[in-house]
Amino acid sequence: MLEAHEISCSRGNRDLFRQMSFRVEEGALLRIHGANGSGKTSLLRMIAGLSPVESGRIAWQGRTLPELGDEYTKQLAFVGHANALKAYLSPRENLRAALAVQGVRVSDSALREALEEEGLGRIADVAVQRLSAGQQRRVALVRLALSRSRLLWILDEPFSSLDDSAVKRFSERLSRHTQDGGIVVYTTHQNIPIDAPTSVLELA
Amino acid sequence: MSGGMLQSVTAVARRDLLLALRLRTDLLTIVFFFAIVVSLFPLGVGADPAMLHTIGPGVVWVAALLASMLALSRLFSGDFADGTLEQLVLAGEPLAALAFAKVIAHWLATGLPLVVLSPLLGLEFGLDGRALWVLAASLAIGTPVLSLLGAIGAALTLGVRGGGALTALLVLPLYVPVLIFGAGAVSAASQGMQVGGHLSVLGALLFAAIALAPWAQAAAIRIALE
Repeated sequence: MLEAHEISCSRGNRDLFRQMSFRVEEGALLRIHGANGSGKTSLLRMIAGLSPVESGRIAWQGRTLPELGDEYTKQLAFVGHANALKAYLSPRENLRAALAVQGVRVSDSALREALEEEGLGRIADVAVQRLSAGQQRRVALVRLALSRSRLLWILDEPFSSLDDSAVKRFSERLSRHTQDGGIVVYTTHQNIPIDAPTSVLELA
Repeated sequence: MSGGMLQSVTAVARRDLLLALRLRTDLLTIVFFFAIVVSLFPLGVGADPAMLHTIGPGVVWVAALLASMLALSRLFSGDFADGTLEQLVLAGEPLAALAFAKVIAHWLATGLPLVVLSPLLGLEFGLDGRALWVLAASLAIGTPVLSLLGAIGAALTLGVRGGGALTALLVLPLYVPVLIFGAGAVSAASQGMQVGGHLSVLGALLFAAIALAPWAQAAAIRIALE
């Protein structure tokens, strides 16, 4: 269970959100809505442990993030605004390296299958710099799919740049992850239905 | 080091080396810079063998130091811009170990070629065989220290406009002891003196840098990502 208790965030003199609380159980989604600059990304980065919590606390399975340290990060997968792909490496090389860094062991056949499932089989060995923004995003989402052993997925605008079929496939992926007991916290400007228990957090 | 950490460290180093191979022009720039700077000195100061013999160790070491700094700004900035640094922080392994892996790859790609090339360039200054070996040995011990210290500066200036110049300002004072003992070892060798003391100090600096610098780099990276 992921839980935030009275957390606040400010940038300069401006409060992005104050004393906000929420709870997400296993098998559920938390969708974070809000206008540009409302603090969605800041909140995600706090939940991921990339930014410190200014006040209040965020807890995972009843223990706060500072208490858990790497024990927490080993259980989460994060896809930010940037895709974390190296322009001069191919999708296959990028994924193999990124998964190895995370300690996720994936066979060549599983990697090939995952790329083909996402419709990236034909460009698996093309340098990422030659791919479109949507294709690059899909490569980042394949990394996520192969990190399914990680329970908590934190996603910043995961649907951005995706075409309709990729949106559908990824929605189904999120649904499957929650059915497997995972938790997804994500920001989006799009109202895409996902077959999973969903709570919505609106940032002003 | 646990199996998982070893896998992560190896993966980081392997990816960076693969990228370095793909971007060979960056590596060649550093090697050419080193070779050109060293080779310009005999042309500029004249062909007096005694003078060249005296200034040779310092010239080669200063050129190696500056060449090593050339590549520093790119050590973490690419990962910072494309989101890879966030993934390293969230890998679930000690960030200091992953930063160390990046520095190892950086040194193998940018420092090792300087070590290999240095005896050849030392010939331009009339250094004898023993001095050439000491030159290569001192650079082999000293340039990893430069990479480890430089990486702290590179991490501290992530996201800062004009970070390259700021990195130079931050790390150059830290480079001074390495330069003094590195060039000093080669000077001593060229004058037929013992070099054990100089190399021992360089070795001590290397061990201290290995023990401490990755923690500083990790802390700086976390601050930059906040």
